[in-house]
Amino acid sequence: MTTAERSPAAEPLLRIEGLKTYYPIKRGLLSRTVGNVKAVDDITLDLYQGETLGLVGESGCGKSTIGRSIVRLENPTDGRIWFDGEDITDRSMSDLRGARMKMQMIFQDPYSSLNPRMRVQELLAEPMRVHGVAGGAELETKIDKLLDTVGIPRSYKQRFPHEFSGGQRQRIGIARALSLNPKLIVCDEPVSALDVSIQAQILNLLKDLQKELGLTYLFIAHGLGAVKYISTRIAVMYLGKVVEIGTKEEIFANPRHPYTQALLNAYPVPDPRKRGQERIVLQGDVPSPANPPAGCRFHTRCPFVQAKCKEREPILRGGDHAAACHFPLAAL
Amino acid sequence: MLLELKDVKTVFKTEKGEVTSVDGVSLKLGKGETIGIVGESGCGKSVTSLSIMRLLGKNGSIKEGEIRFMDKDLAKLPEAQMRGIRGGDIAMIFQEPMTSLNPVFTIGNQLTEAIRLHTDMKGKAADEYAVEMLKKVGIPRPEAIMKSYPHSLSGGMRQRVMIAMALSCNPKLLIADEPTTALDVTIQAQILNLMKELREETGASILLITHDLGVVAEMADKVVVMYAGQVVEETDVFTLFEKPLHPYTQGLMKSIPHIGSDADETLASIPGAVPPLTNMPKGCRFHTRCAFASEKCLSAAPMLLTVQEGHQVRCWMAQEPEIWKTQEEEAV
Repeated sequence: MTTAERSPAAEPLLRIEGLKTYYPIKRGLLSRTVGNVKAVDDITLDLYQGETLGLVGESGCGKSTIGRSIVRLENPTDGRIWFDGEDITDRSMSDLRGARMKMQMIFQDPYSSLNPRMRVQELLAEPMRVHGVAGGAELETKIDKLLDTVGIPRSYKQRFPHEFSGGQRQRIGIARALSLNPKLIVCDEPVSALDVSIQAQILNLLKDLQKELGLTYLFIAHGLGAVKYISTRIAVMYLGKVVEIGTKEEIFANPRHPYTQALLNAYPVPDPRKRGQERIVLQGDVPSPANPPAGCRFHTRCPFVQAKCKEREPILRGGDHAAACHFPLAAL
Repeated sequence: MLLELKDVKTVFKTEKGEVTSVDGVSLKLGKGETIGIVGESGCGKSVTSLSIMRLLGKNGSIKEGEIRFMDKDLAKLPEAQMRGIRGGDIAMIFQEPMTSLNPVFTIGNQLTEAIRLHTDMKGKAADEYAVEMLKKVGIPRPEAIMKSYPHSLSGGMRQRVMIAMALSCNPKLLIADEPTTALDVTIQAQILNLMKELREETGASILLITHDLGVVAEMADKVVVMYAGQVVEETDVFTLFEKPLHPYTQGLMKSIPHIGSDADETLASIPGAVPPLTNMPKGCRFHTRCAFASEKCLSAAPMLLTVQEGHQVRCWMAQEPEIWKTQEEEAV
């Protein structure tokens, strides 16, 4: 999708263009690079203020790498990233600080993303101190407010992470991300490690916070249920490429890429009366991203594959609801 | 009945004293039936299955109750006989197929070990049978896979190998502990299909442990819902999804953001978290998180009672709807 198709007033908050993140494969005594794992391979995405873009796909499709490349936990190989009107692609780590304040990340595993030796109070104070946002008494009140926002009792300030449950730890992770008043939060599988009843609590919290604070989310997940609940738009990824992007309603009602359709179909429906319904079950495994298939990357598993798919790589096209497929599925 | 658990109580010795993980669990499983055990982490569903296999480690033991399996009480069977049953009449597949395969032996090695131990096949015959089993679970190039090591296989392939291994000795009971949780959805659909096919072919009974109600709806005949070490509801799969009676079951059903649900409403969530085993609340164990908890729930623990033919619930509200209603009115 390009900005031209939107109203000219709507500048994206985040824009990534032609993003590539490769991991070199090194072999031998001199560790020469013998190839690349193309985790993210030429991705262009726009993210608008206040929206949630859900990024879905199976493990190894590169969805987490995109998130990590945006906040520069990985160094992109190629492509450009604009955030809040500025090109942040070539910024050095110290120049990146200002932008990083405004983009924060929430991680999948709340057990390993909080320092076990720090108390909650220190965990929350650290980012604000580092960025010089608040100090002294102001810091204290800010911490109290943050704890209120995420629903952790103020009296727990002196506790260590191990004294909390998974859901509570994720709340602390969210409070930490909020401490610098970010505009964008990259949520990398924030509920995958949690029990279902707790997942709902966290998803509701994220949604409420978005309404209250006008946050923009990039929500990375492999579970379509959570993504449907929280997203405005959804991008489906396969082997380092976006294969389909569109509004949540469009993606779920009229999937145009066979992979999206298969993905929607693969979920077991929590209704025993619907069992035994014909389902498209994809055969085989996801190919290695070090050596993706020629032509359309999905052709090795696609139930509708044709000769053209093996030769030419389809491009993502179709305006607001785009799919990268030579033979997109017709709307029902 | 192929398997019958009667008031099984499993305890673990810890630094803080004895902890009861499974507290009086009873269940019945007929020949060819599939029973699903559902619940959140720490509810005792895995420990129940490990009790059946008697894989409780040196700190765990079955303190009370009987585990009847084909006219034997597994709770009291000598270890030597138990070893003959494990992998023979009862086989188990686990959540993480990587950690349940030995990384330093080839697939063929590990597969034929079980065959040699539990059948009369030796040498070449065992090898051929192993190849046949791999073919049966849909592994391409089985002869080559026999010679490869677990690390060179994908998650889905490893789980197929585990299933081949489990089924190689024609078990009467297959215990599947979260068999698809670590897999991607399209692979999950493949594995569930495979399990269904094999169930039809071999007539084995399945004890399926999962937290995913979608998987339960797809696979199970009967469902047992566990909370804090106890069974809180048990019924056939259709009744459970149509008319769940326990507030915990209802909460689980509502809190799942599944792809068929309407995304604009707030997700129902169960407040709080599962209480620690060392500090069980008095009365009903769920009362701390239950929206309907009354005076009685705080002081008296409900029993698991039959409220309808084949539908058992551990909840005062479901068992005494009239009394509970009047109490509620008085409180108002």
